[in-house]
Amino acid sequence: MAKAYTKEVSKGVDWLMIWLYLILVSVGILCIFMAEYNPATFKMTSFYTGDANYSKQLIFFGVCMMAAIFIILSDSKLYPAFANLMYAGGILLMLATFVIGKEINGSKSWIPIGGGFNLQAAELCKIFTSLALAKYLSLTDTDFTKLRSQAIAAVLALSPALLSILQNETGLALVYTSFFIVMYREGLPGILLVIGFSIAALVVATLVVEPNTLAIILTAIAGIILYIFRKLLKKDRRLLVMIIGIWIACVGIQRFAVPYIFNNVFYCYQSQRIYSMVGKEYDCSQNKKAQEASAAGQTTIVPDDYNVRQSKIAIGSGGFAGKGFLKGTQTRGKYVPEQSTDFIFTSLAEAFGFIGAFIFLGLYLLMLFRITIIAERQRSTFSRVYAYSVASIIFFHIAVNICMTLGLFPVIGITLPLISYGGSSLLTFTVMIFILIRLDADRQMVLR
Amino acid sequence: MSVYNQSRSRVVQVIFLAVFLIIIFQLINLQLFSSDYGIQAENNAIYRKVEYPDRGIVYDYKGKAIMENTIMYDLMVTPSEIKGADTFTLCNILNIDTAEFKKRIVTCIIKNTKYKPSIFEPLVSKEVYARINENIYKLPGFGITERPVRSYPYHCGAHFLGYIGEVDTAFLRKHAGEGYTSGDFTGLSGLERSYEKVLMGQRGVTRFIRDNKSRIQGPYESGRFDTAAIAGKALYTSVDVEVQALAEKLLKNKIGAAVAINPKTGGIIAMASAPSFDPQALTGKDRRKNFSRFFVDTATPLLNRAIKGQYPPGSTYKPLGALVALDEGLITPSFGYGCGGAYYSCGRPVKCTHHGGGHAANLRLAIANSCNSYFVHVFRMALDNDAYPNPQAGYIKWKEYMNAFGLGVKLQIDLPSEDKGSIPDTARYNKDFGGFARWNSCNMLTLGIGQDRMTATPLQMANLMAIIANKGYYYTPHFVDSIENENKIDKEMLAPYRIKHKVTNIADSAFQAVHLGMHDVTIYGTATRVKIDGVDICAKTGTAQNPHGKNHSLFVAFAPMENPTIAVAVIVENAGYGATWAAPIASLMMEQYLRDSLSTKRQAEVDRIAQVDLIPAAMKHWYYMKDSVRRVKQITINADTVPVIKNPAVTKPIQFDPEAEPDRNGDKDTNATFKPTEMILPDTAKRIKPKKNGHG
Repeated sequence: MAKAYTKEVSKGVDWLMIWLYLILVSVGILCIFMAEYNPATFKMTSFYTGDANYSKQLIFFGVCMMAAIFIILSDSKLYPAFANLMYAGGILLMLATFVIGKEINGSKSWIPIGGGFNLQAAELCKIFTSLALAKYLSLTDTDFTKLRSQAIAAVLALSPALLSILQNETGLALVYTSFFIVMYREGLPGILLVIGFSIAALVVATLVVEPNTLAIILTAIAGIILYIFRKLLKKDRRLLVMIIGIWIACVGIQRFAVPYIFNNVFYCYQSQRIYSMVGKEYDCSQNKKAQEASAAGQTTIVPDDYNVRQSKIAIGSGGFAGKGFLKGTQTRGKYVPEQSTDFIFTSLAEAFGFIGAFIFLGLYLLMLFRITIIAERQRSTFSRVYAYSVASIIFFHIAVNICMTLGLFPVIGITLPLISYGGSSLLTFTVMIFILIRLDADRQMVLR
Repeated sequence: MSVYNQSRSRVVQVIFLAVFLIIIFQLINLQLFSSDYGIQAENNAIYRKVEYPDRGIVYDYKGKAIMENTIMYDLMVTPSEIKGADTFTLCNILNIDTAEFKKRIVTCIIKNTKYKPSIFEPLVSKEVYARINENIYKLPGFGITERPVRSYPYHCGAHFLGYIGEVDTAFLRKHAGEGYTSGDFTGLSGLERSYEKVLMGQRGVTRFIRDNKSRIQGPYESGRFDTAAIAGKALYTSVDVEVQALAEKLLKNKIGAAVAINPKTGGIIAMASAPSFDPQALTGKDRRKNFSRFFVDTATPLLNRAIKGQYPPGSTYKPLGALVALDEGLITPSFGYGCGGAYYSCGRPVKCTHHGGGHAANLRLAIANSCNSYFVHVFRMALDNDAYPNPQAGYIKWKEYMNAFGLGVKLQIDLPSEDKGSIPDTARYNKDFGGFARWNSCNMLTLGIGQDRMTATPLQMANLMAIIANKGYYYTPHFVDSIENENKIDKEMLAPYRIKHKVTNIADSAFQAVHLGMHDVTIYGTATRVKIDGVDICAKTGTAQNPHGKNHSLFVAFAPMENPTIAVAVIVENAGYGATWAAPIASLMMEQYLRDSLSTKRQAEVDRIAQVDLIPAAMKHWYYMKDSVRRVKQITINADTVPVIKNPAVTKPIQFDPEAEPDRNGDKDTNATFKPTEMILPDTAKRIKPKKNGHG
């Protein structure tokens, strides 16, 4: 009887996803153990006393497994039905943090839930936003080719991001931009991606190249394009206007918008981190917020790229085969700050080397590809959009986090999915993945 | 409807893949193609703790330790842990104020960070150590570490034992890869330096992992690469520490040197240089202060005059001149010269202390009477030898002999920075006389009586005595006879001192004439005061002319005549005749060595000599100036009591110039207890027969 029941529950469940999930969480606990390990104080009992982070992560894992079983046992129809309600709840929860929130590491985004544990509302909100976006796009009267629908979808996706920025949690806010990948899949014009990349390239160029030189280069490009299309231009005056418009926009961004954002919007440390990525120094005396702070008599700590430098040393010293489990000297000496949360990849790459990191990245890529395959086999739009949301969010987390440890991206507080220490993060990704598995088990069903 | 955008699924996958490829590309870049990250990580995390072994102990030939180790204590502080320390108590114990305390803590933090222990007060005294230990519970963050320091139970032998000091950058560059790091100590002079590799032992290295605040986290790789410290090996020397101490005592308040060698082995029995100092002064807390004091002292107490002082050997050279002529077959022991009170053959006569009466009728008499004419003649015979085409070739041959006897070359004793003295080259005389062959044996005839441009170190003179005592061979003088647990490298190190150098091929009978001549010196000649009851001594006095002041007193000897076991050279600067001061010092040293003690009668002599002050007036004036400056400072402090300082001497500034004309008037010895000696005549020997095999 029990056997038949099990069979029915597990019917259609994607075992590969579950295995990948379990392997990655185990690797995560192993990495946290590595980062925390100190032979002088280590005892076997530390695993279950809940004092050390790895022991806490084990407890979180237990909680997550309960949540996962609960989700697997639940009904798929539940999710489209409650999507909007949960989204509203999520937004409310984020608003609530402004009142009852607790400040940890400078961001007021945590809600204390007793027993020393805190919940980050913005983390959970990623699930609700994914569900709400899926719900909206799967509505029969949504025509995503229309600009209005696209705008509504963007508002849905970006509202929690806005709240996150207000909570001073820029890293999590950035995650919400990953919904553009989902929207692209659902028919957002490809030109938007091209424009997005172009602007990004222009911003990077602004940072790297001397302002006047870049202005000359941009003007030269515009001139060449005008020369090539000179015959077309005679026929169509609007093309000329458009090219000149783009040229003005580019130079404007380069000359005014980027310096303005760096000097007036960002904090000094943010500007510095971004500048240090391209190997340049940012002068804090230009920064308005730094000026205000110094005028108010506060001493501004001048940050440097210490953690990225140490992280690169750790990863680089791992070499081809790594230093071995628990033998990473950088990890043991705690040279890399936040090495059990944001910089956990460092410990892994140091201990297991290029081979280990390569296999690890392979597991992640396998998981991402598996999710896209799962997405494409859904009958219902809801499931497909949700699956893409999950893939995009996980992808964005991995890309930003690992690039940050490798010195390819500015340092922002984004966790490595399923690996980093932290209950909120682990719980969010667990729930996200298991809702996907649940929906996938009912892939023949049309959910709305 | 899902079919509509299905192709974009591929685009999404391509984006995923592209980003992962970028990541992997950067991983390859960092992990496979950047080699310096590994080194940076090691520099970060691995802390090498070096344990210093005790340096090797140096023993004298009777097995008494003359240089060993003792423990001193450093007061250490870890600034991050001193919260709640009773600084008042500590300041009281160390006799400093709170401002000084704060200043030192800040210095420690700047030097060594907050989290690492650094030295708060180095080398505290035993008394302070005890008081700190008593109060240590009130002083969190403070601790006491032991540091091995050299100690010298007999407080002598500073010059040859040498001292150790911190390595500098030049040393580190020169000895890269030998495991020295800045802060290490190494032997800087004397045996400490020559035998550094033996004495230093093997450092122990323990590797630790340290964290981002330099706190030790635990052993690296469970101590797989760690090595234990191995103590330095002991050196067994030929020194007799009592002779050494006696020599230093006798040379007190004098400038000069004394060297005693065992001719049988070449082992050095004693090597003293004056002025000297207590080697203990260059260890411990006042090391720097004392060192700079010695360094500026005009009497240069740091200079080892036994191997660096260069003196004209004067009459002490004469037996050697005879050996050259004997070896070349130019003379026989019966060769005589009719001296009429001076040597007239080369224009300006060379005076002799005796005249007529056949005082140079044979070699023995010539040596006993120290006849200048005889040895000038013999020297000229060597240069004008018919076997060589010209006096220049003869001179070159003579110089070869000198070098073989160890003059004008470094003897390669096992001490660093030995000087070679001077036996001038023909080039030097070509320059002096304006060209090759523009000179002949007449031009440098005073070389034959150990003057002219010839200089030698006291060590070389002692070695000459060893050659004569051995009848023609010597072992390179050395201190170290053997090393504890000698291995191959140690054996190689000592091998040069175990080779017999044969210098001459003279018949024993001819040598006997030289020995007897030198023996006569102690019986009837210039050195009658050196007699030791029951021991036949062979000796030669010398008075080296000094252009700047009173002549240097020289004395060389060996004993017992029949079976020599000690050869001595003593030089006392500005002390007049060789027999006056140098001879009794040598005699007392020999007695101490041969008898192992001094008779009470002789003990009085020791005290008498030790008290005599022979420091030249110029130096005294220098000390006086130094003292006056200090006293004037003192006077300004307590102005009521003005002390009267007596100026012992005011002299004109003196600069050493070896080319200057010798001071012939310096011979007039004011101190003289010396009476001109009776001349020994051919028949005297018959009248009083020296005991030939009287005393074994």
